[in-house]
Amino acid sequence: MKILVCVSNVPDTTTKITFTDNNTQFNTAGVQFILNPYDEIALARAIELTDGGNGSVTVINVGEVSTEPTIRKALAIGATDAVRINAKPHDAWFVASQIAAYVKSNPFDLILTGRESIDYNGSKVAGMLGELLDLPSVSIIKKLDVHGSDVTVEREIEGGKEVLSAPLPIVAGTAEGVAEPKIPNMRGIMSARTKPLVVIEPVAVSTLSNVLDYETPKPRGQVKLVPADDVAKLVGLLHEEARVI
Amino acid sequence: MPVLVYTENVEGKFKKSTFEIVSYGRAIADQNKTSLVAISIGDVSKEELAGLGKYGADKVLNVSNDKLKNFINQAYASVIAEAAVKEGAEIVVLSNSFSGRGLAPRIGVKLEAGVADGAVALPEQANGKFTVKKTAFSGKAFANVELISEKKVISLSPNAYKIEEKGASAAIEDFGPALKPGDLKTVIKEIVRSTDKVSLPDADIVVSGGRGLKGPENWGMIEELADLLGAATACSKPVSDAGWRPHSEHVGQTGIAVSPNLYIAIGISGAIQHLAGISSSKVIVVINKDPEAPFFKVADYGIVGDAFVVVPELISAIKEYKASA
Ligand SMILES: Cc1cc2nc3c(=O)[nH]c(=O)nc-3n(C[C@H](O)[C@H](O)[C@H](O)COP(=O)(O)OP(=O)(O)OC[C@H]3O[C@@H](n4cnc5c(N)ncnc54)[C@H](O)[C@@H]3O)c2cc1C
Ligand SMILES: Nc1ncnc2c1ncn2[C@@H]1O[C@H](COP(=O)(O)O)[C@@H](O)[C@H]1O
Repeated sequence: MKILVCVSNVPDTTTKITFTDNNTQFNTAGVQFILNPYDEIALARAIELTDGGNGSVTVINVGEVSTEPTIRKALAIGATDAVRINAKPHDAWFVASQIAAYVKSNPFDLILTGRESIDYNGSKVAGMLGELLDLPSVSIIKKLDVHGSDVTVEREIEGGKEVLSAPLPIVAGTAEGVAEPKIPNMRGIMSARTKPLVVIEPVAVSTLSNVLDYETPKPRGQVKLVPADDVAKLVGLLHEEARVI
Repeated sequence: MPVLVYTENVEGKFKKSTFEIVSYGRAIADQNKTSLVAISIGDVSKEELAGLGKYGADKVLNVSNDKLKNFINQAYASVIAEAAVKEGAEIVVLSNSFSGRGLAPRIGVKLEAGVADGAVALPEQANGKFTVKKTAFSGKAFANVELISEKKVISLSPNAYKIEEKGASAAIEDFGPALKPGDLKTVIKEIVRSTDKVSLPDADIVVSGGRGLKGPENWGMIEELADLLGAATACSKPVSDAGWRPHSEHVGQTGIAVSPNLYIAIGISGAIQHLAGISSSKVIVVINKDPEAPFFKVADYGIVGDAFVVVPELISAIKEYKASA
């Protein structure tokens, strides 16, 4: 089975988010970039599904050369090979269009993304890829199994879950539960240096959206502390002042 | 050019987030001096459909087709996009729910529309620009996204827009979409829904527990407090990682983002990744025995104390308040 895992390069989860140039640019100074945590889950499941030489796992990233350490990390974790489409990821539409163009000439049995990238949080790439490739897509899955040429996934719904199946290929966005992220071992790190990383140039894509600027949430006022021996006072405040109960 | 809203139902009933998006769609229609068309797919009664008029829908397209009783992402996206074309709608509005996240990108591609996901406010429309404010960086920031395509798809975050009742009754029109066989490749095997629990992403009140609660056996008081308040339960990541609670309850940067009216955090330290997912809550209450816990810096109300003492007292105080109300 040939699996494609889409990976994005995102600021580490501990990053304090700030902006420059009149709040139009994300301030990357001092920011550590990582493999998107949800993509680690997708990658781990892809490696499990192809365990023992039962196929291959290709990782693909739309990004500039600065994302290569993240791609190498995915190779160290166990991907077979990698593709980088050499462009700044303008938005989900741009990313999905690039990946779809690649997949049209390099077909896969299963395409995995993370449920969302933790920077732009669109949850959009999976659905857009599905539409561009005319394949079923499931945006947020908690479980994935392959039986022959069929795939069964469990997806989250408000207050429950839904189990569905479809013939391969499909596009799915992985969330927690699908697999435990894998940590690269020494052998993986050594072999990652020599695994193939192909760089290709982007195709032309129309622009549908632009980020104009960013805002940070308004800081809250000072916390009102209620003494631990007067809990009833909190109930009063929530009712009369905050009006939330 | 009307605005089109997709109105999601759960087992034939519309949910709170559906009324939010109809109200939101109405406001966008008013901005553009046009009408609001709702589309419903599935088995929904005429009364329920007509009720959308109360929130501002002028017309409801009703798609009632045996093949479409349950949500099939690809097929539903085709139906909604087809309805948008038929109605000449340039703006399509959905909820940023689990299903909405599947639909919005597919509809966007079909209509060659820019997609603003997770909108938190009405679009700004001035000087020929159409800008939508949406969450970014997992709740640590907002982005103002300009949609420059002719058609636009917006998915609205739950709890981000107030329900407004200003309409009357809506006209209902049956709509029979032209489905492609390829749209129906997915088969639903099983749906499990716990109807007695409040759904976390939509909840008005969330009671959340962290590692400070020591173990899963201590969640009884969290559930009791949640039941009393009609709240959903949630937890921090280490709690679901340890298997004390299901993954579906984990909130934060790598879990669910919530924006309830009231978020009560019990025995949670307030790590940056946790705060990312809850920072748009309207009111935050923190109960923690450590006065230095970072969570107090972003809370509105706090109690420094032992959860095992404070929470039972809070439960009795709320019972007393309810009895007297
Ligand atoms: C890549 C990555 C992603 C992450 N994503 C998330 C995420 O999405 N969501 C998330 O929550 N975390 C996330 N984390 C983890 C995060 O960094 C913290 O480790 C986590 O939020 C801490 O959980 P906690 O507050 O329950 O536990 P702790 O940090 O252990 O805090 C327990 C708190 O309970 C208090 N306490 C102890 N006993 C009592 C008592 N008897 N009464 C009252 N208070 C008591 C303590 O004072 C302490 O403040 C992520 C981490 C990484 C590395
Ligand atoms: N620049 C990128 N290159 C490759 N894959 C990406 C890129 N950005 C996002 N993705 C994939 O799409 C998923 C969802 O991203 P998003 O739609 O931005 O929330 C991520 O988890 C990745 O799997």
